[in-house]
Amino acid sequence: MAAVDDLKFQEFDDAANLLAVNPDATTISVDEPSENPKTQHGLLQDTGREEDDELLGTDDSDKTELLAGQKKSAPFWTFEYYQTFFDVDTYQVLDRIKGSVFPVPGKNFVRLYIRSNPDLYGPFWICATLVFAIAISGNLSNFFIHLGKPTFHYVPEFRKVSIAATTIYAYAWLVPLALWGFLMWRNSKVMNIVSYSFLEIVCVYGYSLFIYIPTAILWIIPQKAVRWVLVMFALCLSGDHRASPCPAGCRLFGILF
Amino acid sequence: MAAAEGSGAGGAAKPLFAGLSDVSISEDIPVEGEITVPVGSCSPDEDYSTLDEPVRDTIMRDLKAVGKKFVHVMYPKKSSALLRDWDLWGPLVLCVSLALMLQGGSADSKEDGGPQFAEVFVIIWFGAVVITLNSKLLGGTISFFQSLCVLGYCVLPLTVAMLVCRLVLLAGSGTVSFIVRLIVVMAMFAWSTLASTAFLADSQPPNRKALVIYPIFLFYFVISWMILTFTAQ
Repeated sequence: MAAVDDLKFQEFDDAANLLAVNPDATTISVDEPSENPKTQHGLLQDTGREEDDELLGTDDSDKTELLAGQKKSAPFWTFEYYQTFFDVDTYQVLDRIKGSVFPVPGKNFVRLYIRSNPDLYGPFWICATLVFAIAISGNLSNFFIHLGKPTFHYVPEFRKVSIAATTIYAYAWLVPLALWGFLMWRNSKVMNIVSYSFLEIVCVYGYSLFIYIPTAILWIIPQKAVRWVLVMFALCLSGDHRASPCPAGCRLFGILF
Repeated sequence: MAAAEGSGAGGAAKPLFAGLSDVSISEDIPVEGEITVPVGSCSPDEDYSTLDEPVRDTIMRDLKAVGKKFVHVMYPKKSSALLRDWDLWGPLVLCVSLALMLQGGSADSKEDGGPQFAEVFVIIWFGAVVITLNSKLLGGTISFFQSLCVLGYCVLPLTVAMLVCRLVLLAGSGTVSFIVRLIVVMAMFAWSTLASTAFLADSQPPNRKALVIYPIFLFYFVISWMILTFTAQ
């Protein structure tokens, strides 16, 4: 009966057939503008998983947009609450590290890479690696400076690890806290300022420390000129990376700290 | 064919159960007893006997379990012994012996010496706890103590490296001994990392395996560094 046929649901899944019939019809394709997981496959993903990751990436980002307000709804005394801070895949972490080392001029790191999914994995393990890189390369450079002197007795200075750890973790947590407090205060005065959540600021600071790891390793070279060049280079890259999401007023703060 | 088989089985069953309908239980035979399936009935006896066994048996059983796990670490195949029957005796023994061998000078020496016993102990246990938390937060399905067990047992190759380094240092501390120590420590570090990866990698979500393996790599790297830079006081 015609009425029943009219009420029947029409399946639109043979879009190719429709397009073949009507080649001039306008089509809309939806894909991810910036998050391109196909670029980062040095490690453990084989081609079979690439398509899955592409689909998963699309789904996750869709879900992220939709659920951005509901993401961290688990109460803070459950384990699931903290799992939401580690909701990143290998390629996402590698993308964020790449974005911190090669800052794209004019693009906002937070908007480009973090996209309301700040993670704590990157900051924590980059700080841990940095602590040990500084301690080990400090030891090694000391050793090479005194190499050849018969009176030198090599001691692994272990206390330096504790000092380095305290300093670096304090920097990675207390300075974002200060910046966040400052931004909150500014928000109460000037209404049209962009505000970032505390975790996003911690994330930016954590990833900006990555450039210091190769710098620390290269500091073993005992030439003063090389060391100064390295330090200046690292400071510029790291500061630029932190300054990119900052509004104009805080840019100097981001570069300096 | 199935019907023929069925009828054949039915035909064979008829003589077997033919007299079933004739059986009746007379009222003067008391029928009593338990209908429970006697699966758990032997366990109270077992517990009673392990309480009663000589101490040597208890200790040997635990030592054999620990020894079996050591063998599994040295020849890492996919066995579930380390994961299913986890215990922390092996990691404790390894950690204590490694920390004893690694501690440098006394606390009041004027030079900033090597790590103290407490520092090595804390690094190993705190590092293992942090790595376990990390893998669980990333969505791993392994339990907390299973992961601690695997990470602790995989310190065994590095403990062996420490022994070898100490023996080599007794012989001399020149460049040759340094090269020998470097090769031994690097080989044992690779062995530790590969063994723990073989046990732990399966329980992680596939997109995040590298995120879980990197902290394990860092952990064993730091321990290897402490072993390599050890100098006898």
